[in-house]
This record gives sequence, C-alpha cells and structure tokens, in this order.
Amino acid sequence: MAQLALGNVSKTYRPRGKEQVQAVKRVSLDVKDGEIVALLGSSGCGKTSMLRMIAGFEEVTEGTIRIGGKEIHNLPPAQRDVAMAFEGYSLYPPLKVRENIGFALLRERGASADIEKRVSHIAELLEITDILDRYPTVISAGQQQRTSLARALIRRAPVSLLDEPMSQLEPQLRAILRARLKDYLIEHKMTTVFVTHDQTEAIALADRIAVMEKGELQQFGTPAEIKQSPSNLFVASFIGEPPMNIFDAAIASEGNAVAISGLGPNGEPAFRLNAPMEAANGKRVCLGIRPHLIEIGANGSADATGRVITNHWLGDQSHICFEIGGCSVVGVTDKPIDARAGDALPVRFPLGAVHLFDAESGRALAHGLGQR
Amino acid sequence: MNQISTFERIVRGLLIALVLLFFLFPIFWILLMSFQTNEQILRIPPSLFFEPTLQNYVALLTGRLQTAAGNLDIAFMRNLGNSLLLSTSSVLLALALGVPAAYAFARYKFRLGESIAFTLLSFRFAPPLLVLLPLSLFFRQLHLTDTYIGLIWVYQLICLPLILWIVRGYFEDISPDIEHAYRISGHGWWKTFRKIAIPLARPGIAAAGLLAFIFAWNNFIFALILASASKQPVTVGALAFVTASGIQYGQIAAAIVLSVTPTLLLALYAQRYLVEGLSLGAVKG
Ligand SMILES: Nc1ncnc2c1ncn2[C@@H]1O[C@H](COP(=O)(O)OP(=O)(O)O)[C@@H](O)[C@H]1O
Ligand SMILES: [Mg+2]
Repeated sequence: MAQLALGNVSKTYRPRGKEQVQAVKRVSLDVKDGEIVALLGSSGCGKTSMLRMIAGFEEVTEGTIRIGGKEIHNLPPAQRDVAMAFEGYSLYPPLKVRENIGFALLRERGASADIEKRVSHIAELLEITDILDRYPTVISAGQQQRTSLARALIRRAPVSLLDEPMSQLEPQLRAILRARLKDYLIEHKMTTVFVTHDQTEAIALADRIAVMEKGELQQFGTPAEIKQSPSNLFVASFIGEPPMNIFDAAIASEGNAVAISGLGPNGEPAFRLNAPMEAANGKRVCLGIRPHLIEIGANGSADATGRVITNHWLGDQSHICFEIGGCSVVGVTDKPIDARAGDALPVRFPLGAVHLFDAESGRALAHGLGQR
Repeated sequence: MNQISTFERIVRGLLIALVLLFFLFPIFWILLMSFQTNEQILRIPPSLFFEPTLQNYVALLTGRLQTAAGNLDIAFMRNLGNSLLLSTSSVLLALALGVPAAYAFARYKFRLGESIAFTLLSFRFAPPLLVLLPLSLFFRQLHLTDTYIGLIWVYQLICLPLILWIVRGYFEDISPDIEHAYRISGHGWWKTFRKIAIPLARPGIAAAGLLAFIFAWNNFIFALILASASKQPVTVGALAFVTASGIQYGQIAAAIVLSVTPTLLLALYAQRYLVEGLSLGAVKG
C-alpha cells in the first residue's frame, strides 16, 4: 500500500570491544506499491539487519529509507507505519495467542467486534484457530511462528516486513500457507519484504527477488531473470537445485567464432565448444550450465564423453554425476538413464544454455552463446 | 506418573522435617519466649510448658518497661514506626529510580554506562563505616543529620544498587523484540516500558524490592550514627533492652516477633509475583 525505497543503505555494527561488522553495504532497492519482494541469501548476509533498519530497530549507518516518498529512517518505529514478523517470534508471554494477534490492532480504534473478526479470519488462514486461547509458552515453535506472522499480517500495514516467516513449518503446511499468504498479500495490495534462505519459497512467493551476499545486493530481479540471467557467479551458483555446473574455461578466437575449452583441474582442456561470437583471444572465463539443460545420452553430435560416477533415479528425475577430463559434472534428466558407475555417456552442452562469467570479477559476460 | 516408593517418601518427609526444624526452631523458640517472663526464660532446665503471659507485649505497646531496678521508658513502637517509614520509603524511592535506570542500562549502550553501573554497585563493597564517617560530616553541614530525608537518602546506598543490578538482569533476559513488536504497532517508548517491560520483569522487581526491604529493615549502622533516638529504627532501638539491671529476654523476643511481622507479610505478598515469574517460563522465546 506504499512504495519503499532504500538508497545506498549501509549498516555497520560496532560492538563494544569487538571488531566492527559491516552487515549491509550500500544497498539500493526500490519496492513498488503492492509488490512482494524476497530478500534471499545465506545466513549472516545482512537480511535481518535490512529489515530492522526499515522497521527502525537499528539505526541506518548511511543512506536513506523512504516509504511513500517520505524519509522515515530517523523516525521512531511507532511512526513508520510498518508491520513486522520477527525471526524469533517475540510473542508476549502473559497474553493468549488471540490477544497477541489482536494487540497489534488495538491502537487503530476499530470496534472490538471487528478486531475479533479479523483475528479469527487470519487465524483460519494460518491454521491456528484451535490454539487461539492458549498461551505462547505452551505452543510449538511452528505455531508460535504462525502467531507472530498473524500479528504482522493482521495490520495490513503500508509496508510489511516478514523475517523468515515460515522457516519452522513442515513442508506440506508450508506449501499450503505459502499460497494462502500470497493471495492475502495480493488481495490487500500489501507491499511486503520477506526474508528467506529458501529459494523455492522466494521463487514461489515473490514478484522480485533481491539476492544478497556478504552485505551486498547481488541482483534484484524477477524469479525468471534471476534464474535465466544471473548477474554474477554467486547468483548463478546460489540459485537452482542442484546448483549450476561451473568450469574454468579458456577462449580461443577463430575469426567470427570462438572455441571455448573447459579446463580440467590441471589446466588441460577437458571439452571444447564452438560458438559464433567474438571475444578476446586467450581470455579466461568461467563457464556455467544448469544440470537440467545438459543433454545426456544425446545421439549424434556429442560435445564430450562423461564417465558415470553415480546415477540416482529419484522417482521423477535422475541425478547423474559424471566426470569429464577431471571435471565433475551433475546432470538432471526427467527419464531414467540406464548407466552404471564407470559407463561412458555421450554429453551435449547446448550453446543456448551456456553462461559465461568473467574469471576475475565473476560478472556475467553472456547468457546463451550464439543467439545474439 | 512419578513412581515414588513408600520408603523414599518417608525418607524425604524426614529430611524435609529436619531442614524445617533447623530453620524454624529458633523462630519458634523466640515466639515461645515472647510469651514468658524473664524468670521463666532463664530457669534451668528450660521447659516447653509454662503459663503464657502477654506482659512483654503490653510493655512494648505501652512503652513502659518494668525491671527489677524500676520503670524504664522505651520507644519501641516509635522505633517500629520509624523502621516501617524508613524502609518503605527507601524501597519505593529506590524502585522509582532504580527500575528505569536498570532498564536504561539493560537496553541502551551508552558511554560510561558500564562504569556508572559498576560504581553504583561498588557502594556495596566498601565497609559502611568508611562511607559513613565522611558522610556524617557532609550531613551536618547540609543539616540532614537526624532527618528522615537524610536517612532515606543514605538508605539508597543499600537499596538502589541491589534493585538496579537484579532488575537489570531481568530486563536483559527479556528479548527486546517483544518490546519492538509492541512499539511497531504504534506505541511509544514510555507506554512500551509500562505495558510490556515492567510486567515481564515483575518477578525480578518483586524479588529485588523484597530483598532491598529486608536489607533496609535490618540496617543498624546508618541510623546509629546519623540519627538520634526519635528517628531510630528497631534495630538500634533494641539496644534499650540491655538495661542496667540485665537483659530483658522476654521483651526482646516480643520485639523480634513484632519486628519480623512486616517483613514476613511483605514476603508472603511478594511471593505471588515471584511464583508468577516461574510459571511464565521462557520469556526469551
Ligand atoms: N546487534 C549486532 N551486533 C553486532 N553484529 C551484528 C548484530 N546483528 C547482526 N550482526 C552481524 O551482522 C551480520 C548480518 O547479520 P543478520 O542481518 O542477522 O544476517 P541474516 O539475517 O542474513 O542471517 C552478521 O555477521 C551478524 O553477526
Ligand atoms: Mg536473519
């Protein structure tokens, strides 16, 4: 219900007597009105710090935060008009679950019947109706987490911040609630920033994903953009399950085309791809390809021959790990492949699926070769 | 659920009885003594059977002590009143000052914060006499000697550090995010402090208040040096029972019974909050 803009926000913690930690480094992020944004990153990359700065529990070391165009980073939390679900739930023990959820609304002078209605609605949505009259200390972690989530959602605040809102739930429930949560957020046009380290959740729930690492924003884009054109090596290897195969590679220029050699551990070429593109001769790059896009057992023009190390059929897909000239490669197919450890398999790397990254900076150079 | 054999139960009962006997017997004996005359108390062998008399209590309440050497005025009831006044107001003042201070020390890291907190605690390290001698000089100049205000002020040396440090620990154990969750719903700092922080720390506040009260009540040296007879608490006033013609054991016992009563009542009252703290369990969540 309001847009949120972070401009070059940094956060440096200076704990007494310990080394200072730069938890967030010059992050700029524009969240549109009603947009759902995921902050995705490994543990300790500064996700919670970002939310706490938006909420007002941590000072912004540098930069600006605006909500609806108004600078808010110097206002006390009470005046920022944001709602937050905390990583540690933070329920108030003397109050029942029902009151914990409702007390977020008490200030808004709604009729108490209206509050009751909203509480029972949100409780139904999050499957906590039957624990509404219990106390926070006697319910499970997953129930506490949903209570905390309910307390944030019920406000329908202009900006909602959810810190790992579903990390404690079992997978089935998580999938159900994810869909309901998304409907709820869309129905009430709630601008939402949620933190997760689960990429499935980020992809399923978010309009756009902000990938963070070591306090820096790596990429901010739609799930498709992030998957198909990762902006650097980190994003490429962080997103996707199993992760993208990455090889060191050298480029040899041959007129209008190049030969890209994937290098084994000792630096000798393991396989070779020819692509119609231009590049500096001898340039060192990293070559990436997603496991699903490797063609295994391809008849005809194979790029290399892999020696199978393991081959697992998971019921709906095969994970095959094989070795090409010393590089180990993971491939995924949706049909079982009849191959045992030690067997040789023809393998093809479709040019359209190959990503190139700068070997030094890690920045993306090309997504798909020869399709310019 | 829990399987306890009869033997275990008997042994446990015996042990508990022993412990209770050890701790409660002196109190019980004093209670008995308070209903006996000096002669009855001093007879050998002592006996559990005697004709109870209220004369000790009467002497204390009327303030007239009859000894072999004649009548003696004692100001016990006034002393008891002083004790009540001094301890209660000191604890209330210390709570009013100490709880917000404890909250500040727990929640906000500020320059010299640790040093200030430690300095306050260090008042408890010094032998009281060492503090008192210079203090009595200051008090004379400030005309605070022998005033209730002056005494309540020095009693802060006892109460304030105690409350500050105990309550601070309780505040530190409460996750700040519980307060944050309240603040972000639009409530200000002061309301959050009152509605969230104080209720959660209530067991700590009750415990600290009770302890401070006991320490203040039992204090002897401050009032001995800084106050005259009219402002002295029971601890100092009890000296009057050591008379020229001997020690008035019966009255002493009665005085003890009377002077323990307020603390006991307070402890019983505060117990509710102490237990509430336990049943709330993990606040940290
Ligand atoms: N209050 C704090 N004091 C000092 N360092 C902190 C504090 N909070 C977080 N950090 C540090 O900042 C970094 C980012 O933490 P956080 O934002 O909690 O990461 P995430 O939520 O992504 O796991 C971590 O290295 C963490 O140790
Ligand atoms: Mg976190």
